[in-house]
Amino acid sequence: MTGDFLPVAGAVLRRNLIHAFKNPALLVPSIVFPLLFLVAFAGGLSNVANVPGFDFPSGYTAFQFVFVFLQAAAFGGVFTGFATAADFESGFGRRLLLGAPRREGIIAGYALAAIARFLLTGTVVTVAALLSGMQVDGNPAQLVGLLSLALLVNLTATLWGTGMALRFQTLQAGPAMQIPVFLILFMAPVYVPLHLIKGWVNHAASYNPLTAIIEAGRGFLSAQPQTVGLAYLAALGLVALGLVWAVTGLRRAERGV
Amino acid sequence: MIAELAHQVGFVARRSVRRTLRQPALIVPTLVFPLFLLAVNASGLGAATKIPGFPTDSYLDFAITVTFIQGAMFSSITAGTELATDIDTGFLDRLQLTPLRRVTILVGQMAGATTLALIGALAYLAVGIASGVSIKSGPGGAVVLILYAVFIAVAFAGIGATLGARTGSPEAVQGAFPLMFAVFFLSSMSMPRDLIAVHWFRTVATWNPASYLIEGLRSLVITGWDGTALWRGLAVGVGVLALSFWAASRALATRMART
Repeated sequence: MTGDFLPVAGAVLRRNLIHAFKNPALLVPSIVFPLLFLVAFAGGLSNVANVPGFDFPSGYTAFQFVFVFLQAAAFGGVFTGFATAADFESGFGRRLLLGAPRREGIIAGYALAAIARFLLTGTVVTVAALLSGMQVDGNPAQLVGLLSLALLVNLTATLWGTGMALRFQTLQAGPAMQIPVFLILFMAPVYVPLHLIKGWVNHAASYNPLTAIIEAGRGFLSAQPQTVGLAYLAALGLVALGLVWAVTGLRRAERGV
Repeated sequence: MIAELAHQVGFVARRSVRRTLRQPALIVPTLVFPLFLLAVNASGLGAATKIPGFPTDSYLDFAITVTFIQGAMFSSITAGTELATDIDTGFLDRLQLTPLRRVTILVGQMAGATTLALIGALAYLAVGIASGVSIKSGPGGAVVLILYAVFIAVAFAGIGATLGARTGSPEAVQGAFPLMFAVFFLSSMSMPRDLIAVHWFRTVATWNPASYLIEGLRSLVITGWDGTALWRGLAVGVGVLALSFWAASRALATRMART
């Protein structure tokens, strides 16, 4: 069983990485966008750290870095969803379904490719943040905690994007993949801690599972862990939902083969 | 001569407007996306108004003009995509068989994007006022705000048209959107220039012409009638308009000579 699964996942991973790294037009935006957000938020809004009640101890660059890092993880997954949709639009996906002895391996392969893409983007964003003087107070174990949360966000977004791609099998579904992720990301404490957000966005952010994940990530970076249990619960719950979404998408795609 | 030119522009413009208004996929994001970001930013950055020296006590007032700029960016992409689609599908080739002049094609093609910008600007202003935005320059200022926003959208549409004519590819025009987004991110879009704490960012924002476009619009909402801000914004807008239409006209001439 596993003997069929891993070669399929490996082949899809290898193909996706070659495709992504041979097409700078596909790879560059996924790297440039998070950098742009980091520059705009951490640079342009750094004075927000002087707002009364802003109490993040590691500074505004670190505060924004966590959001941008998790955003890069999410968009790494969404961009992989685009690649999946492109594969199915061109007909390659159908051939993949016909040729794969264990089709769940296809989803796993796309998920591994998304992780690889995120690790590259995440490294670039981290280096840029460190070069701009980001203060890191968390210990290595806490930083691994931040990375693990980002990987779970990346996996969730990939499963979401892949599920959409398997259902619609066209790149025209791109906005439908991207916009919900964008909405969830920005309905969280992006610029200031939750208690400083006003109005209905405060209520929306309070119920947004990503809020706990972002707050836990910021806690890890500043060595003041908070909402850790809730964050992992939310992240694993999202992965479970994403898995159901992607596998049912696969079953639907199989019916068309 | 002028009457005939106007007739030709009207012909292309009617088609452009009809085509734009028939595509909800163009209109809905133009209306919804900027307003969503406005809501999020106004709630998230509301606390920024407590920074000493912040020019207003409502971040909604401060940020409302950014929606007009985002609407202008969407219009730019619309103009470019429509022209590129006409090239891609061979419609421009067929137009060349008619007595239509190049300038009429270029100006007429902008009508859809301009209409979209006008609808967007009216919607942003209506939602803004309903949400409590107070326009310091009064009703006259609100009218100028709309006209100014549409003017900026037309200037940006020239950039979209240049890209559309040069590439002939709707995907390539869409791909330029992040670049335009980047230009505005590196401006005084989210914070007044004198309150940007990071020195290099403040320098970039000061040299970035986009800052002056935003500040011109913003002055009507948060300051009143500020001649300097309006003059600077208008000068940048005229510059962008002249350069973008010159470039679009040249690109279209090259494209038409090729076909």
